[in-house]
Amino acid sequence: MKKKSVEDPRFRVAKREAWIGVVLVLFNFIWWYGFAYGLGDGPVEEYNFIFGLPAWFFYSCVVGLIVMVVLVYITVKFFFKEVPFEEEGDRS
Amino acid sequence: MNWTVIWPLLIFLALIFFIGIYASRHVQRAPSFVQEYFLGSRELGGFLLAMTMAATYGSASSFLSGPGAAYNYGLAWVLLSMSQVATGYFVLMILGKKFAIMAREYKAVTLVDFLFARYKSQTVVVLAAISIVIFLFASMTAQWIGGARLIESITGLSYTLALIIFAVSVLVYVVIGGFRAVAITDMVQGLIMVGGTVILFLAALKAGGGMESIMTTLYDENPNLLSPYGSDLSLTSVYVSSFWILVGIGVIGLPQVAIRAMSYKNAKAMHRALVIGTIVVGVIMLGMHLIGVMARAIVPGITVGDKVMPELAMTVMPDWLAGIVLAAPMAAIMSTVDSLLLIVSSAIIKDLYLHFSKKPAKEERLKKMSLAVTAVIGVVVFIVALQPPNLIIWLNLFSFGGLEAVFIWPIVFGLYWRRANGRGAVASMVAGMVSYILFHSFYPTPFGLHTVVLPIIISFFMFVAVTLATSRSSLERA
Repeated sequence: MKKKSVEDPRFRVAKREAWIGVVLVLFNFIWWYGFAYGLGDGPVEEYNFIFGLPAWFFYSCVVGLIVMVVLVYITVKFFFKEVPFEEEGDRS
Repeated sequence: MNWTVIWPLLIFLALIFFIGIYASRHVQRAPSFVQEYFLGSRELGGFLLAMTMAATYGSASSFLSGPGAAYNYGLAWVLLSMSQVATGYFVLMILGKKFAIMAREYKAVTLVDFLFARYKSQTVVVLAAISIVIFLFASMTAQWIGGARLIESITGLSYTLALIIFAVSVLVYVVIGGFRAVAITDMVQGLIMVGGTVILFLAALKAGGGMESIMTTLYDENPNLLSPYGSDLSLTSVYVSSFWILVGIGVIGLPQVAIRAMSYKNAKAMHRALVIGTIVVGVIMLGMHLIGVMARAIVPGITVGDKVMPELAMTVMPDWLAGIVLAAPMAAIMSTVDSLLLIVSSAIIKDLYLHFSKKPAKEERLKKMSLAVTAVIGVVVFIVALQPPNLIIWLNLFSFGGLEAVFIWPIVFGLYWRRANGRGAVASMVAGMVSYILFHSFYPTPFGLHTVVLPIIISFFMFVAVTLATSRSSLERA
């Protein structure tokens, strides 16, 4: 029954990329949470403003989005592998 | 009636209609009807995939009720909604290549096909198909009501007439065109959503005299609008963070989103979709919700949340431009509804009828049946939406989180845990659903978390415990 030795190499790629997804989402969360509640915790009177937006919001939401887009681009470009989806010799 | 606002909407509907006709030619010519009608023959390219995922996911809530909530709570609600950016890359990365490869191996057309091929359990099929039919039917009805209300408020037509317009326009292209029509219209609708967001943002920025002056106005009204805790300080960091489970990570468990992760052509398409999807979801979520906050400084005193975005558009823009921008929420609703309609239809035809009928159905007969069932579901939704019973509204309240709690672990473990078995999947599905309903009814925010969090944790442990317990006994037997 056990077929561990013949694991499809494509699945190893898939597994690695899924873990990259988990790492990315954790990083995204920490960035989002850290800036929002780290900078936004004090009284509103003492907020700094960047481009008219409160600093916590600017870094957490606006910069956070740009950072995530760049990170996704980099991971896809350099860490994701292209693998065929159809079985070899089975293409219709 | 204001025709300058209505014209862009009519052009939009006509365009959608022609896409339906175009796609129906593919349906006629495709070698396998079921593969084409329910999955577009797995030919989606990267751009199409990104747009259809984003558009299916972004619904009435992203354009109407979401900005409405941001109007009331301030920047804290924008912060909350930014948890959805994760859906842009997380779903595709986790399901990713493994799901695409396995689905092809199994020749799976629906999510339930995949679950059956993986677990070989009829109970899983029945549970999955029934939860899809019941919960997605309910949320579909809710979206139709939203769509009809929107047409009603823009055109001034009666609710019934608005509902008929909405129903006819959705039904035509979905019934004749199937998945390909849904994906292509989703792309058009997604472009309209992004374009509408950007235009409205710029117009609102100008009308409010720049971001600084908008924020000053809000600060003078209530400084807490600018804090991450909401205008009444009621949004705790724990509660807001738990939305990462509901609208970020848990989205893997939504059948209408997961099915798209088996519809793309190749790895290249997936890679492109990851980048484009993240940008599209991010721009829509950040833009629309921030617009909701800005609206408070520009058009104060709106009490009904869903009216914030239409009122703002009509105030800050010339009529014809407002018409184009208001096609965006319309597009958001339609692009969600069309995928739900198709997935409910596939659950009935493919997962229940074809799965349990003894003799293989003829292609021609299958075609007629699929078109008929899709149309009938549409008509039933229409009738229900005319006078929605309380049951539907109640079901819709937890269809999102409920489906996540049911499907997330059977999908994830099915892909990545070799030992996961059918009994574990059944236990996790039942536990997820039952605990979600119970928590929702009796204890909606345990430990200050959103309702969805604990059921997902419970169904996780049920899956692992039952799988381990039953696989050991099967080893003894062997």
